[in-house]
Amino acid sequence: MISRRTAISGGAALAGLTALIAKRVFADDLMLPRQKIALVAPPFVHPHEQSTTEGPKIMEFRLVTEEKEIVIDDDGTKLRSMNFNGSIPGPMMVVHEGDYVEVTLVNPATNTMPHNIDFHAATGALGGGDLTLISPGEQVVFRFKATRTGVFVYHCIPGGPMIPWHIASGMSGAIMVLPRDGLKDAAGKPLHYDRVYYIGESDFYVPRDRSGKFISYASHADAFFDTLDTMRRLVPSHVVFNGRVGALTGEHALKARVGETVLIVHSQADRDSRAHLIGGHGDYVWETGKFANPPETGIETWFIRAGSAAAALYTFLEPGIYPYVNHRMIEAVEFGATAHFKVEGPWNNDLMAQVKAPAPIPATDVTASIPGR
Amino acid sequence: MPRTWKIGLVVGTLPAVAAAMAMLGLGPPPIASGVQLPDLVALASGRFQYRPGGDFTRDGKPATAPIVAAITQPLEMMRHQVTVGEYSRCVDAGACRRGDGTSAADVPMVKISWWDAAAYAAWLSRSTGMAFRLPSDEEWVYAAGSRFGDAEGAPELDSRDPGRRALDRYERETAIRTRSDPEPQPVGHFGANEHGLLDIAGNVWEWTDSCFARGIIDARGEPSTVTVDCGVRVVEGRHRTYLTDFIRDARAGGCTAGLPPSNLGFRLVLDEDWRLRLRGLADRVRRALTGRSI
Repeated sequence: MISRRTAISGGAALAGLTALIAKRVFADDLMLPRQKIALVAPPFVHPHEQSTTEGPKIMEFRLVTEEKEIVIDDDGTKLRSMNFNGSIPGPMMVVHEGDYVEVTLVNPATNTMPHNIDFHAATGALGGGDLTLISPGEQVVFRFKATRTGVFVYHCIPGGPMIPWHIASGMSGAIMVLPRDGLKDAAGKPLHYDRVYYIGESDFYVPRDRSGKFISYASHADAFFDTLDTMRRLVPSHVVFNGRVGALTGEHALKARVGETVLIVHSQADRDSRAHLIGGHGDYVWETGKFANPPETGIETWFIRAGSAAAALYTFLEPGIYPYVNHRMIEAVEFGATAHFKVEGPWNNDLMAQVKAPAPIPATDVTASIPGR
Repeated sequence: MPRTWKIGLVVGTLPAVAAAMAMLGLGPPPIASGVQLPDLVALASGRFQYRPGGDFTRDGKPATAPIVAAITQPLEMMRHQVTVGEYSRCVDAGACRRGDGTSAADVPMVKISWWDAAAYAAWLSRSTGMAFRLPSDEEWVYAAGSRFGDAEGAPELDSRDPGRRALDRYERETAIRTRSDPEPQPVGHFGANEHGLLDIAGNVWEWTDSCFARGIIDARGEPSTVTVDCGVRVVEGRHRTYLTDFIRDARAGGCTAGLPPSNLGFRLVLDEDWRLRLRGLADRVRRALTGRSI
């Protein structure tokens, strides 16, 4: 904690600046209520209010860095991963504009490398990276004021080639800063969601041996050079949602009901993506992810810039399976970037119907269908 | 009385070894064929000013480490950084990782990790029967003498202003690091310092054996270490930096706070062992015989 005594001496050291600026620079001794948030693993998001009438709070979060070997596909390919709180992506944090985000970042002694965190939602000191670099066996507490609304990436930024390597090993997540009065459309009409899912897309670069097989390594240090070499070619071995191929399909598919409105937050810390809900749309899409801008409506595919998150609101109108993909389909199908929504409810025949079931083409139609006849 | 920061080694000079061994009827150390003893520079014991490496706090706030008085024991250090040619002999012996450079033999070996340097030290020690190792940060700073770039010597700023601290450090590092070509140059290109050591603080940074440390400064202004992280080692050159031990190329960029070293290389010092202790004895014998100090 920063004492009042230091604050006064700090003001004195800045003689010549106005008291107002000194006060702004060192705004501190927050007499605000505190709220401790228990984070949950994605695609789920901790309980939160979509709008609030309360004043700003200090929102406390705990993020524990982890270096761990994980399996990233059904073939058993192993990645020397790094993550926040044991999941890829790291958990999504939700606060409201004007809240203070107070993060305890932990680097357990079982890790081997320094880690830190850069919040794109924060202002100054590398988004916190400069104040949070900690060695194994250490922790640090830092705080920033959530001054901008939207969904933002956070990631590890430990310096040099460690930066892309840590990110491409899984060290990113997202924070959502909601307007205090909630989401709105371009006309200012309030928007609500019944569910929120957080999808974090990762590009992994697992090296291959001469025969083309993926290599597994005895340690992170052992994996570093080959991985960096693979990364430098910019062709991922895997592009996945939530840490592995199939993390959000099958028994882990995302659930919704017809008539429900779902907020999909999609982040990519390292590489561009093109989010598309097959069979559905984005009713309201904040493509750049920032709620101070009016959402676009009725979107087909939305672009997610490397180092950003997007938010899309959609009300499901038909039951069934909706693949949610990176619409560079090679990446969706061959590299893994596919999630599934399982939507229950009654079918609306007005929106779509199979007028005639598949059958042999009638002879008359065959003749008629040949070009040039 | 300022406390002594760290004690180094007791060693003499190489000619003294031969003299002592000859006098004691011992043969020279068993040096493997094809391995040459490196050119070593003897540094006398000395007292010097040293700013401990690592991150320090005072009253829980980031603070600049104070300069303390330090003493090293006599030390022998390689006159120049380990070259491509020297390193290749370790590679040929199967004891070192093959580098990917195509530089001439008389150019410092770069793209070296701390582990690569440690492997070379182990091989050279085995091959020569002497105990070579990386210098500690204190030893390096002492040996660098006037070439040491104290990028951390910022005036004590208000510790609640991380922006000013980052700017100050960046400006100092930029000033120390001239805009030279990062291409490694032949041995001697950057000249000798007052001890005769070549290319100290040229464009090749050098690994030390010192671990990254976090410490506190007490009410009397005395620094002390609280935790060490030996996955990160102190790297010295035009300015001091801290790198993960398996990094080979910090030049890869993106180092958003502070400037990365242009190249990573190393030079070794001789560690104390029973043979080296003989040198001290040889010195004393020689002094007794010649009636003068060396």
